[in-house]
Amino acid sequence: MEALFALVTAENALLIAKNLALILCITLPLLGAVAYLTLAERKVIGWMQLRVGPNRVGPYGLLQPIADAVKLIFKETIIPADASKVVFMIAPAMVMVPALIAWAVIPFGEGMVLADINLGVLYLLATSSLGVYGVLMSGWASNSKYPFLGAVRSAAQMVSYEVSMGLTLLSIILMSGSMNLSDIVMAQKGMWYMIPAFPMFVVFIISILAETNRAPFDLPEGEAELVAGFHAEYGSMPFALFFLGEYANMILMSAMTAVLFMGGWLPPVDMAPFTWVPGIVWFAAKIAFVLFIFLWVRATLPRYRYDQLMRLGWKVFLPFTLIWLVLTASAMHLLGKV
Amino acid sequence: MLAFADLVFYMFAAMLLGSAMGVIFAKNPMHCVLLLILTFFNAAGLFILLGAEFIGLLLVMVYVGAIAVMFLFVLMTIDIDFAVLKEGFASYLPSGLIVGAVLMAELVIAGQAGLFSGARISTLTAMPAPDGVENIRALGQVLFTHYLFPFQVAALILLVAMIGAIVLTHRRREGVRRQNVMAQIARTREDSLSIVKVKPGQGI
Repeated sequence: MEALFALVTAENALLIAKNLALILCITLPLLGAVAYLTLAERKVIGWMQLRVGPNRVGPYGLLQPIADAVKLIFKETIIPADASKVVFMIAPAMVMVPALIAWAVIPFGEGMVLADINLGVLYLLATSSLGVYGVLMSGWASNSKYPFLGAVRSAAQMVSYEVSMGLTLLSIILMSGSMNLSDIVMAQKGMWYMIPAFPMFVVFIISILAETNRAPFDLPEGEAELVAGFHAEYGSMPFALFFLGEYANMILMSAMTAVLFMGGWLPPVDMAPFTWVPGIVWFAAKIAFVLFIFLWVRATLPRYRYDQLMRLGWKVFLPFTLIWLVLTASAMHLLGKV
Repeated sequence: MLAFADLVFYMFAAMLLGSAMGVIFAKNPMHCVLLLILTFFNAAGLFILLGAEFIGLLLVMVYVGAIAVMFLFVLMTIDIDFAVLKEGFASYLPSGLIVGAVLMAELVIAGQAGLFSGARISTLTAMPAPDGVENIRALGQVLFTHYLFPFQVAALILLVAMIGAIVLTHRRREGVRRQNVMAQIARTREDSLSIVKVKPGQGI
């Protein structure tokens, strides 16, 4: 016990306080971005479908996310009578938390990273594979047919696309020779990896659509056949957490794409007018671009059928990424980079 | 004087033991698996604390991210009857107790022989790789340079096991209409569409 009290030193307290402040500096803007991403989605899809989108609350509908949040907070939380209550309430948090903890390794600029670990890519893969638990737990704990079907679908889907996602990342690791995300960004000085590895970029974009359960792969929550999928029994704040988790995951995956394929915080060309803009602005712009692709796809493409989704993952992407991995390794060897 | 890492170690260790106990004592198999996942997590935390961050993250990725999902998947889709689960308890108890006793005795003997003492551990943790080499590089050296052949043989055995499992369980059902994507893509306008002039009142 005395040894425990000895830990309470000014040094340790300062360390913890500093890290907490840094974490807040990342998560608070992130939550704001999540809120406004919902508005952006409704607006962008509205314009693509020749509508105006939300425009009643505040100028241009800019206060809509706040109105939505207030509405969701003041709704009654309903727990189904036959639900497994503890698991039912933990599940929404299990969707949100992995999407937040992954930001620990994302570099926002040169040296601007909370944890500059050597295995950043592996950490990202490990955390992104956790999101499936929230969906599975909610589907099981709801004790209801449609959520259950949605959860089972989602488990199969997320596990399948993780494989092709991991293999695309392997070729990136081969090209940069490092698993540290800052090193990967610095290795893209001169040429972003989306140019030499363009097929992998496409595969990665499609895989992150499936990984985040977004259209055209939003089968776990297909409105037409599953009512709303795994979160059919949820309401109020738990439902909002699912929603926030999905959007936080979208932003995270976009950040991953920006770091791994689009040079992170680096300007497109290493020349005067581009280098005046701070790196974090470039990074945010790249994230916004990938997010726009998410919305664009949703407004454009119809939903995949389940067997087509599985076929695409296992019979098309898996062999293709494997062949590309061997090609990359051979090219790196022939170029004398290894 | 406790270092900060020690506190984190005790936290992970306590959580690990607690959730491992939960796996054994929880009544609902679903809760057991969820607690098992928590156990994996804390084990991964301990690995990272020991400086084996690659193994730790791999544990999360492979066991938590894939294998435990499969557990959950199977458990969710089979119909579990709790009464049947509890049925054989009395008959399994003696053999379980014997296995537990043997393991306990082994641990005690190992402790008596000084396997867990500090001096012994310091010789055991000698790294196979020189200092300053990253975890993953050291592992790559060991697996793909020094032990390439055993590694490939292990991979081959796993592949055979996987193909065997698929061959044993796969059955082709009759009467299922499968989609032939290649045939669909190869369709042309000529073999799927014809324009016919239909005279009024006659039909085709």
